[in-house]
Amino acid sequence: MTMRGQSAIEQAIRNCSKRTAFIPFVSAGDPNEDVSYRILLELAQFSDVIEVGIPYSDPLADGPAIQAGSLRALQAGMTLPKALRLIARVRAVSDVPLVVFTYVNPVVQYGVDALMQACADAGADGLIIPDLPFEESAETREAAVRHDLALIPLISLTSHERVQMIAASATGFAYCVSSLGVTGERASFATELRAFVDAVKRASSVPVAVGFGVSSPLHVRELAEFADGVIVGSAIVKRCEDIQNALSSGDAARLDDSIEALSQFARELSEAGR
Amino acid sequence: MFPDERGRFGEFGGKYVPETLMSALVELEADYRRLASDPEFSRLLRSYLRDYSGRPTPLYFASGLTEFAGGAKIYLKREDLNHTGAHKINNTLGQGLLAKMTGKQRVIAETGAGQHGVATATVAALFGLQCTVFMGEEDMERQALNVFRMRLLGAEVVPARSGTKTLKDATNEAIRHWVEHVEDTYYIIGSVVGPHPYPMMVRDFQRVIGDETREQIIEREGRLPDALVACVGGGSNAMGLFYPFLRHDNVRLIGVEAAGEGIETARHAATIAKGSRGVLHGSMTLLMQDEFGQVQPAHSISAGLDYPGIGPEHAHLAKSGRASYEPITDQEALDAFTTLTQVEGIIPALESAHAIAYAVKLAKTLPADALIVVNLSGRGDKDVHTVERLIGGSLQ
Repeated sequence: MTMRGQSAIEQAIRNCSKRTAFIPFVSAGDPNEDVSYRILLELAQFSDVIEVGIPYSDPLADGPAIQAGSLRALQAGMTLPKALRLIARVRAVSDVPLVVFTYVNPVVQYGVDALMQACADAGADGLIIPDLPFEESAETREAAVRHDLALIPLISLTSHERVQMIAASATGFAYCVSSLGVTGERASFATELRAFVDAVKRASSVPVAVGFGVSSPLHVRELAEFADGVIVGSAIVKRCEDIQNALSSGDAARLDDSIEALSQFARELSEAGR
Repeated sequence: MFPDERGRFGEFGGKYVPETLMSALVELEADYRRLASDPEFSRLLRSYLRDYSGRPTPLYFASGLTEFAGGAKIYLKREDLNHTGAHKINNTLGQGLLAKMTGKQRVIAETGAGQHGVATATVAALFGLQCTVFMGEEDMERQALNVFRMRLLGAEVVPARSGTKTLKDATNEAIRHWVEHVEDTYYIIGSVVGPHPYPMMVRDFQRVIGDETREQIIEREGRLPDALVACVGGGSNAMGLFYPFLRHDNVRLIGVEAAGEGIETARHAATIAKGSRGVLHGSMTLLMQDEFGQVQPAHSISAGLDYPGIGPEHAHLAKSGRASYEPITDQEALDAFTTLTQVEGIIPALESAHAIAYAVKLAKTLPADALIVVNLSGRGDKDVHTVERLIGGSLQ
């Protein structure tokens, strides 16, 4: 039987040894449930881990691209239970480790333990909760351990003396935020990024990935020199807008082409990390 | 004593923000605690409150309104007479001074009705700070005059175009902006909401309302009031009035929520009456949400109460039963707006009109020697245009 849970994520990234792991993000149900399923299966072919975002009304760590993706999914009727069902459909045909990215309020509403149980049942391997800092996370960390799910913390350039405490708590991988600000494409990274990632690596027993602003193969090559993995969100989600336009045109060939274009872009990003 | 060391008021409060902001919040709390016990900071703040804002504000016996209600004596705490026309300046002077004394060059704020934005832009002009205010696009239309006032004061006003385009989304945009500029920017939150230490800090800067009220009512009546009434959006004017009375169990504390078109409809902002536990804008509190935790849009005729959450200390006071929270509809608030104008010659803010409406209802049920203090949190000039559109035709 294939390994699941936090060790599945950690191993998938460690297995990349000679390259950097590729971790794309998409919003569940963007632009609708079925197309989202097709996108996830495409990504699964060449991704080491996939982050699946739970669309939320108030995504305050996200920039315009992911806000728009979240809104497209909500308007198409996506909900947390439906997103878990989508994850289960992907799990039925793929072993790629899946990480649920959700804001904390839906977790509170669902119930911390109940949600962890539901994530594990659906075949998810871990969670990222961007507005749940270390100090508020004790109950969630305990529940994650109970259900063998990774709880992947975000660590920022402003974390300073907090790095040790947070990195030591990380399971699955530690998520380094490349620069100040919300998610979204950026021209370049902070000059101190490499030193920061190295500090997190020293403090952590799990792999260290970098996200926020990673949007081109060039970025991936730059980060591959020191990061165990790269997370690409906004640049991919932005292409889901083309997919939605193709979908609403009703032209099946155009829809296929738009999904293929996203797939091609993701493949280039993935190969850039070699 | 609340909040505890984790910033909790019972089960509410805390710090639910992206990691990038955590160090800034820890630093802010340390700065605040240091300055709050610094006599020079207190002296400066007191002098600005007195000489610049005009404090103490009067406690006015509203004989016309008392007669109109036909029951308990109604006093009005005249926060509308503050500089900039509302209680908001108490907090922005405090936080503005904190920003200045900790070496920040730039402040940002969110605003609903525009009162907090104006109060922030005002202290930014006073203290020579750069200022950016985030305001929902819909609110910018409803409160065009306040937008112009902020720009006159030198502030940049940025429309929040996401979500419901009101206060909730202006707050999201302010937080997003702060995450990007946290190293050189001070975020002046306008109510007792947000992550710790904001709910505590804003309460402490607003408690001057309650402290003065206590002294003034004792001077006038020789005793504490029977009830305090204040409107609640995020809840800063209510918290400021209530806080010094928390330990006086015989003083009833009543927050008035915006019931919009009625709490039985989907269009209201009655968070305590209809909300459930969850996280909004950095704290665990009560909020309006669906079964999946998606935040639901609020509605009120008053932009300042049009908010789907509430300060965590109010959530705690409601849960513990120390304070009660009553709904008042748009129509009841409108009626109270014209009533107060006609019987007292005071045009209240639509927010404060909610408190007036409830106070009149309450006064009717109490004997003539009972005492009610209503927080008249702001003046209504900013709302005259809105009210004209709604009832203009009925006046001859």
